[in-house]
Amino acid sequence: MPDVDLGSTPLRELNAALHRLHPDTNERHWVIDHPAGRHAIAAGLNAPITVEINGPVGYYCAGMNQLATVLIHGSAGVGVAENMMSGFVQVAGDASQSAGATGRGGLLRIDGNASSRCGISMKGIDIVVQGSVGHMSAFMAQAGNLVVFGDAGDSLGDSIYEARLFVRGSVKSLGADCIEKQMRDEHKKALHAVLNRAGFNGAVDPSEFRRYGSARKLYNFHVDNAGAY
Amino acid sequence: MCGIVGLFIKDPSLEPELGRLTAGMLATLSDRGPDSAGFAVYGAGKKGETKLTLRAPSAAAMKETADRIGRAFSDANIMPHDSHAVVALDDRSVGRFMEWLAREAPDIEIVGRGRRMEVYKEVGRPENVAERFDLAAMTGTHAIGHTRMATESAVTTDGAHPYSTGEDQCLVHNGSLSNHNNLRRVLAREGFRFETENDTEVAAGYLSWKMREGLSLGDALKVSLDDLDGFYTFVVGTENGFGVLRDGIACKPAIMAETDRYVAFGSEYRALAGLPGIETARIWEPEPATVYFWER
Repeated sequence: MPDVDLGSTPLRELNAALHRLHPDTNERHWVIDHPAGRHAIAAGLNAPITVEINGPVGYYCAGMNQLATVLIHGSAGVGVAENMMSGFVQVAGDASQSAGATGRGGLLRIDGNASSRCGISMKGIDIVVQGSVGHMSAFMAQAGNLVVFGDAGDSLGDSIYEARLFVRGSVKSLGADCIEKQMRDEHKKALHAVLNRAGFNGAVDPSEFRRYGSARKLYNFHVDNAGAY
Repeated sequence: MCGIVGLFIKDPSLEPELGRLTAGMLATLSDRGPDSAGFAVYGAGKKGETKLTLRAPSAAAMKETADRIGRAFSDANIMPHDSHAVVALDDRSVGRFMEWLAREAPDIEIVGRGRRMEVYKEVGRPENVAERFDLAAMTGTHAIGHTRMATESAVTTDGAHPYSTGEDQCLVHNGSLSNHNNLRRVLAREGFRFETENDTEVAAGYLSWKMREGLSLGDALKVSLDDLDGFYTFVVGTENGFGVLRDGIACKPAIMAETDRYVAFGSEYRALAGLPGIETARIWEPEPATVYFWER
């Protein structure tokens, strides 16, 4: 089990070592100490390994992640798991702005709060936040699920496409073209599946959440607007 | 990009460490602003005495001027630091000193004035600027600092932060203002003079204007949300404390940490990573369009 101390090992050396790993590597469990908020730790992984980071990380931690499990025992800076393709990323503390931005797959679990623009332009990633999310979350979200146990800030889901938003607490305001939608059984089932993948097997009741999504009035061209061009 | 730091000491036993901790925070944020740096330190002050921070084009010019000041004002206490010098003198002598300075040493600029505030700024990498002024040896209750990556105006010492907004008050800024040209004209009509084309100087002038009209610093920051267009995170120092404000969109990063001993501000967590007890500090991001203020 490689144990890397970023107090003495250069970050580039660590990331290069992680990038060299083959999918069938035997070095499947990495522990990283003293991250001290450094940027781009464990970004660009592409192997089914587990990386545990003991402490707070800076920007873009676990960005572009594929296959790997990244467990951050601390808080995360801007853009944690941005553009994640697959795998699992967990932040034990809070996450800064743009958590899971543009993510295409995999699951991002944040145990604290996420700041503004959580899930901005998400394209298939599932994001589960145990705390609250800040303003402009799920801005232009295209696909995937954003699940918030707490509250959502201003302009949730502004200019949203087909992503699904589930919020248990209050929503300060909805963004343009984002509306509340009926929570039918199929949505409860889908939410239940996301919660299970996030590790909340049966611990959280999907029926306590409200569902938000696109009114689909903004992104479809409407022939009545032809005269405007 | 730019970086901002701020450190407000709550536990007096940490005051001797103020300069050293602030220097470390500034050096970490060199990556965000390698062009120039500046800082304001709130150290000791005496009732009835005013501290003026002067800046000369060079250390040699400052030394020469300091000697002349010493001869002209025998009661002034002059502390030279490289291209800067802090002149402490009786409140009643300040008017006479300012007249003398404008007449006898017109290339010397007053960058800060107050009971306790000292302001230093220079072009160069932040760790070098901190070293030139020996920030690490400075003590006090609070300090704010800035590392600059120039966007709105040239890389000059004039363009470096902090900007003084009044006695014992100064401002550092991360972001850029879109309506600073128009606002500069408004403030010019109100009698404000600007030394640079810099947007932050306008923000500083704006706050001074609002406070001249009778608003508290907190209220001046609040109304600035309506009048300043652009994106910004401000950290403001006053004689007894410091304040933080982010614009409503809050795209400029900001993170804060609080323990029993201090409140700290950084553009990134990295800047806070070396502070004592950071492992157990309360850490959070300031909310957009919300004025925060600490005083003691």
